[in-house]
Amino acid sequence: MIEEVAATTEGDLVINIGPQHPSTHGVLHLFVTMNGETIKKVEPHLGYIHRSIEKMDESLSYRQFIYSTSRMDYLSSHINNHGCALCVEKGLQLEIPPRAKVIRILMDELTRIASHCLWWGALAMDVGALTPFFHAFREREMINDIMEESCGARLTMNYMVPGGVMFDIQPNFQKHVKEFVAHFKTKIGEYDEMVTNNIIFQRRMKNVGYISPEDAVSYGCTGAVLRASGVKSDIRKIAPYDGYENVKFEEPLEMAGDCFARYMVRMKEMMQSLSIVEQLIDNIPEGDFVAKTKAVLKLPKGEFYSRVETARGEFGVYIVSEGGLTPYRIKFRSPGFSNLSALDHMSRGQKIGDLVAIMGTLDLVIPDIDR
Amino acid sequence: MFSLEGLKNTIHYTLSASLGTTSTLLVEMLIVGICVISLFAVLGLVLVFMERKVSAYMQIRLGPNRVGFQGSLQTVADTLKLVVKEGLVPNGADKFLFNFAPFLVMIVAMLIMAPIAFTKGLQMWDLNIGVLYVTAVSSISVIGILMAGWASNNKYSLLGAMRSGAQIVSYELSAGLAILTIVIFTESLQISKIVESQQTGWWLFKAHIPAVIAFIIFIIAVTAETNRAPFDLAEAESELTAGFHTEYSGMRFALFFLAEYVNIFIVCAIGSTLFLGGWMPFHIGHWSAFNHVMDFIPGIVWFFGKIFFLIFVIMWFRWTFPRLRIDQLLNLEWKYLLPISMFNLLLATVVAIMGWHF
Repeated sequence: MIEEVAATTEGDLVINIGPQHPSTHGVLHLFVTMNGETIKKVEPHLGYIHRSIEKMDESLSYRQFIYSTSRMDYLSSHINNHGCALCVEKGLQLEIPPRAKVIRILMDELTRIASHCLWWGALAMDVGALTPFFHAFREREMINDIMEESCGARLTMNYMVPGGVMFDIQPNFQKHVKEFVAHFKTKIGEYDEMVTNNIIFQRRMKNVGYISPEDAVSYGCTGAVLRASGVKSDIRKIAPYDGYENVKFEEPLEMAGDCFARYMVRMKEMMQSLSIVEQLIDNIPEGDFVAKTKAVLKLPKGEFYSRVETARGEFGVYIVSEGGLTPYRIKFRSPGFSNLSALDHMSRGQKIGDLVAIMGTLDLVIPDIDR
Repeated sequence: MFSLEGLKNTIHYTLSASLGTTSTLLVEMLIVGICVISLFAVLGLVLVFMERKVSAYMQIRLGPNRVGFQGSLQTVADTLKLVVKEGLVPNGADKFLFNFAPFLVMIVAMLIMAPIAFTKGLQMWDLNIGVLYVTAVSSISVIGILMAGWASNNKYSLLGAMRSGAQIVSYELSAGLAILTIVIFTESLQISKIVESQQTGWWLFKAHIPAVIAFIIFIIAVTAETNRAPFDLAEAESELTAGFHTEYSGMRFALFFLAEYVNIFIVCAIGSTLFLGGWMPFHIGHWSAFNHVMDFIPGIVWFFGKIFFLIFVIMWFRWTFPRLRIDQLLNLEWKYLLPISMFNLLLATVVAIMGWHF
């Protein structure tokens, strides 16, 4: 860090954005070198919320470690849990009942909508519009209520277990989800009216934070960041898991590679998720919600990897097992970390206001980056 | 027509009967000073409460509703908290400038109050260059903001102050030109004369196209001049935490906060004086019955009604629009608003010369 300060030329303004700053949405520390208002270099400093989850998981059993992943990307905790459950099931070669699969997908997609709602409100707040945040929370609250009813929690659900889901859905689940779908369809137009079609918002987003498809791939970006550069990368399409091959949905793509493209990809993703929910909500098969498993899970010796598409991108779980009760080593591939690495590339030569907009469209969740 | 002329004269004669000329003047100045300060306090309380309720309405929530009736005493509680809070001075700050800046901003806000005509006979100083005085004095407030940003010894503050400087200096041009458009029609810079010229109708309607263009430009420019969203780059909380007043706390912060709201009040007062007839009631051509009914509403009610309508519009902007970027902000002024307002000034001159207005 001292070297970095010395390396800046005279007349540069060095400013620390974070770890306590309204637009970093957590304890991210950006070390920004600027020339007036123009950014010359952005250097993220991590570690303020590092809890060594990967190391901690080495002493937890295969049922227990899943819960720690809810605390990583807390906005898509369902999907994180899903990825871990998939990896354990792969190791156990467990076939899960069809009802559990459908419930899992439904929960994943509801989580994705809730996460994108929060992202939408926070992005609007980053570029200065404070009102959309509350409108987004109105919808997000409905999803949280549905989650609370079936999973017992609103943020860190811990609903997925190896072999299925922890509880069966509540009798009111389908009714409430249908109410939410009908409600959300009337409100999505309001979102466009308030933010998407606003000329100031479009000017703030278009031609800002461009990243080419080649660069996006080489930085390891995934999710909406990569799809906004025109690269197909949806894990649900490339390597479908738990029955995603049976539902009809499109993978939204944009070619522009700027902030507005990332914004549009996420807005379209919300609609796609909504259509998946609509397709499945009336077709939940009867049967068990969890497969019969042994009380104590032991993975065979070997290496297992599974990946899922979270609201932010590709989430990978890598388990090395020695055949014991606990994993020998666990590695998570979190989407936020790789997306953050492209921040410097995207924001060079832009204004400080753009940096905030770019961070907003990267949809960073800091505990996901630091783990 | 409702007038406070009588009250003013009564006070003046009562005082001069018992006191000399100088003492009368001093006592009158004292009364006016107390009135202005209490108006400031009330305005601060009312406008902050109004902002919170308006924002709550837009954001589908209730807003303050615990302290007093419907939360009406919330701002009083907040003020008390700010008064007893410690006012910190950061290390390495320029102490004199740091302490002086909020007072300068406040003094400027008080000075601009002088020529505003609240109703017939209720005006502190009816000087003959009233509008010019307002535009001139309001420019000083940028010095206070620059002082605050520089003296804080904080990079966020400095950036905010520099932005604010560029912004206010730019947007004053458009605001000034928009004001000039109306001055062309009234042929006077005196506020009382401008109000009286609108006896038959407000300039917004009488001077049709140029006045409407000027009004829109004026509203945009004063929103920028008072550092309100979507032009709140000087504060820009998501970028610069709190901009030029990042390091301020306690009463010094409260003064900045109060000055912001008083400034909004003042620019809206100027706007309603120039475009919406000041304290003149709303009249429609030859509908004498309607006009008589309107005359019964006191001028001060008209004036405050118009001001609060404009304030509501400015608050509406704040809670619906995203913020512009600094280069977009300057582009908007220098590439769009300034040429349009210059052209509009020419148009207004032509309309005035040819007598095409009502």
